[in-house]
Amino acid sequence: MAKGVMIVAEQREGALRKISLELASTARKLADQTGDEVSAVLLGSGVEGMAAELGKYGVDKVFVGDNAALEPYVTEAHAEVTAKVIKDNDPAIVLFGASVQGKDLSARVAAKLATGLATDCTDVKLDGGKLVATRPMYAGKCFGEVVINAAPQVASLRPNVFPAAENAKAGAVTKVDVAVGEQKSKVLEVQKDTSGKVDLTEANVIVSGGRGMKGPEGYAILEELAEVLKGTVGASRAAVDAGWRPQKDQVGQTGKVVSPNLYVACGISGAIQHLAGMSSSKCIVAINKDAEAPIFTKADYGVVDDLFKVVPELTAVCKKLVA
Amino acid sequence: MNIIACVKQVPDTEAQIKVKADGSGIEEGQIKWVMNPYDEFGVEEALKLKEKNGGDVTVISVGPARAMETIRTALAMGADKGVHICDPAFDGADAYVVANALAAVIKTLPHDIIFCGQRAIDDDAGQVGAMLAEALGVPQLTLVTKLEFAGSSVKVIRPIEGAQLSIETALPCVVTAQKGLNEPRYASLPGIMKAKKKPVDVKDAAAIGVATDAKAKVAKTIPPPARPPGKIVCGDDPAQKAAELGRLLREEAKVI
Ligand SMILES: Cc1cc2nc3c(=O)[nH]c(=O)nc-3n(C[C@@H](O)[C@H](O)[C@H](O)COP(=O)(O)OP(=O)(O)OC[C@H]3O[C@@H](n4cnc5c(N)ncnc54)[C@H](O)[C@@H]3O)c2cc1C
Ligand SMILES: Cc1cc2nc3c(=O)[nH]c(=O)nc-3n(C[C@H](O)[C@H](O)[C@H](O)COP(=O)(O)OP(=O)(O)OC[C@H]3O[C@@H](n4cnc5c(N)ncnc54)[C@H](O)[C@@H]3O)c2cc1C
Repeated sequence: MAKGVMIVAEQREGALRKISLELASTARKLADQTGDEVSAVLLGSGVEGMAAELGKYGVDKVFVGDNAALEPYVTEAHAEVTAKVIKDNDPAIVLFGASVQGKDLSARVAAKLATGLATDCTDVKLDGGKLVATRPMYAGKCFGEVVINAAPQVASLRPNVFPAAENAKAGAVTKVDVAVGEQKSKVLEVQKDTSGKVDLTEANVIVSGGRGMKGPEGYAILEELAEVLKGTVGASRAAVDAGWRPQKDQVGQTGKVVSPNLYVACGISGAIQHLAGMSSSKCIVAINKDAEAPIFTKADYGVVDDLFKVVPELTAVCKKLVA
Repeated sequence: MNIIACVKQVPDTEAQIKVKADGSGIEEGQIKWVMNPYDEFGVEEALKLKEKNGGDVTVISVGPARAMETIRTALAMGADKGVHICDPAFDGADAYVVANALAAVIKTLPHDIIFCGQRAIDDDAGQVGAMLAEALGVPQLTLVTKLEFAGSSVKVIRPIEGAQLSIETALPCVVTAQKGLNEPRYASLPGIMKAKKKPVDVKDAAAIGVATDAKAKVAKTIPPPARPPGKIVCGDDPAQKAAELGRLLREEAKVI
């Protein structure tokens, strides 16, 4: 009988990623309702030390797979080992992060296990012991409550949505067999972004600019505000297509879907494709000189004025507030 | 080169989505249907590979009768032939079912590289590419923004959070496309005329021999949670508005 909740932890370069703690806390909450165990799969090279931190966030048992072939992440190797650990331990529910790696891995593993997967969930609950996963569809224009009629029930959780709360458990380590065959894919190079900014999908604060920024130079004032708020700068598609900002900065239906605590939209009209990418943000601020701009329909706070005047003032105000 | 591009017909990004009163899905009446935007990047990359290396591009779609329009769009862009997997049995299919249906057809065709979109903008599952790769037993390269073909392998760029990976993979493989990979071409008028005569093979579930029962089901569709109405921040000048906004963000929203 399938039992318990298993999370597939994600680490990079010797540290757990924040999503792993969000997964652990969420799994703990679910498992406590049925009095079951939370286990974790942790793969990589030299990762055993991270098991203790998973324990701190509610994991009872950590299956550690340590092998140089698992670092850096290669889909097929991770999928093979992860699927084997799941099969051998038969959890009722498996949770992945809906990060780039988690999405890549979860779909492959679900296919290996011939089961269903609910992607990018923003809520999970139990109903009569069965998982009900709520996930945005049509880029957040509606939501679906997904149930999975196969075992295990697999879901990936959107980063930054589920709280990570300490709840110390054993985090006892069990080593697993990690024999993986010759891989057809090879990572040739990892080119790190040296800006030191967190990725938009993981940022707590995003300051975004659109066509209203008038050109690439305009973004300097957004960078300053983002710096003060420890945030990351995003952009509308119009700004990306104009070549003012790199593709990775685009928020929206054909860019990144983000859920920060604070999203500040400057000189963005609020086209439906842009709103699709950011309307799950917890607090939305719009700064736009056109009072009729659709962005104001989603904004918690709107400022109708010239952004080139408001943003520098706001930066000065915030500097004092956070000091 | 034998190139396959998987395409899905989805509601236009401008579409207003209205949930049916009983939560059983969305109202489809007013919707304009288009090729999934990410699939346009996949088809474009397929055509570019063919133009450079020779070969043949086959587009495949699982969907109701209207999905034929999307196959014709890809043919008008320059693809050579199509396969339309069309059967009411696929109503309510999930990514697993769709991926296995695509795999069943692709196994019968020569294939060096298969393109999917990174996700379909309706269900937003982002699963089919990886599940298809598993069903075919080939590697997957998801969220690709650059691709170079090198004979028996491809080299791609794949952005992850805070870094870019350069990955080399032996063919055949599945590649999922995202914005940045290329600029999809528009179908030309002669292209549209030619597309009408290109062959499209229509197959039902029995012909491809796959199970159609979904593992994941949307039990209920619900409208997004309503946001409380916003406030317009008042003030005589930009400085006052900024000060008031800062105060609200600190004291009321508690986000800074
Ligand atoms: C309750 C319900 C009812 C549904 N009813 C129908 C229906 O009547 N008819 C129907 O066709 N679908 C229907 N679907 C949708 C469905 O089967 C999806 O295609 C499937 O869930 C895949 O998820 P996705 O579209 O999000 O694909 P993703 O995994 O996000 O798609 C990624 C990529 O895979 C490829 N791909 C995805 N789907 C297809 C496809 N169908 N054909 C070719 N390539 C594809 C594309 O390249 C796409 O860019 C229904 C889904 C649900 C949940
Ligand atoms: C298939 C498809 C996919 C798409 N995907 C995306 C996507 O992922 N993301 C996305 O963003 N868009 C997307 N779009 C594009 C979208 O439709 C809009 O064109 C785009 O979002 C507009 O960007 P914008 O708001 O920056 O520009 P505009 O709509 O031009 O708005 C500029 C705004 O700036 C304001 N402004 C100008 N000067 C000032 C000033 N000095 N002070 C204050 N305000 C000022 C103006 O009042 C205006 O509201 C997509 C479109 C399609 C067709």
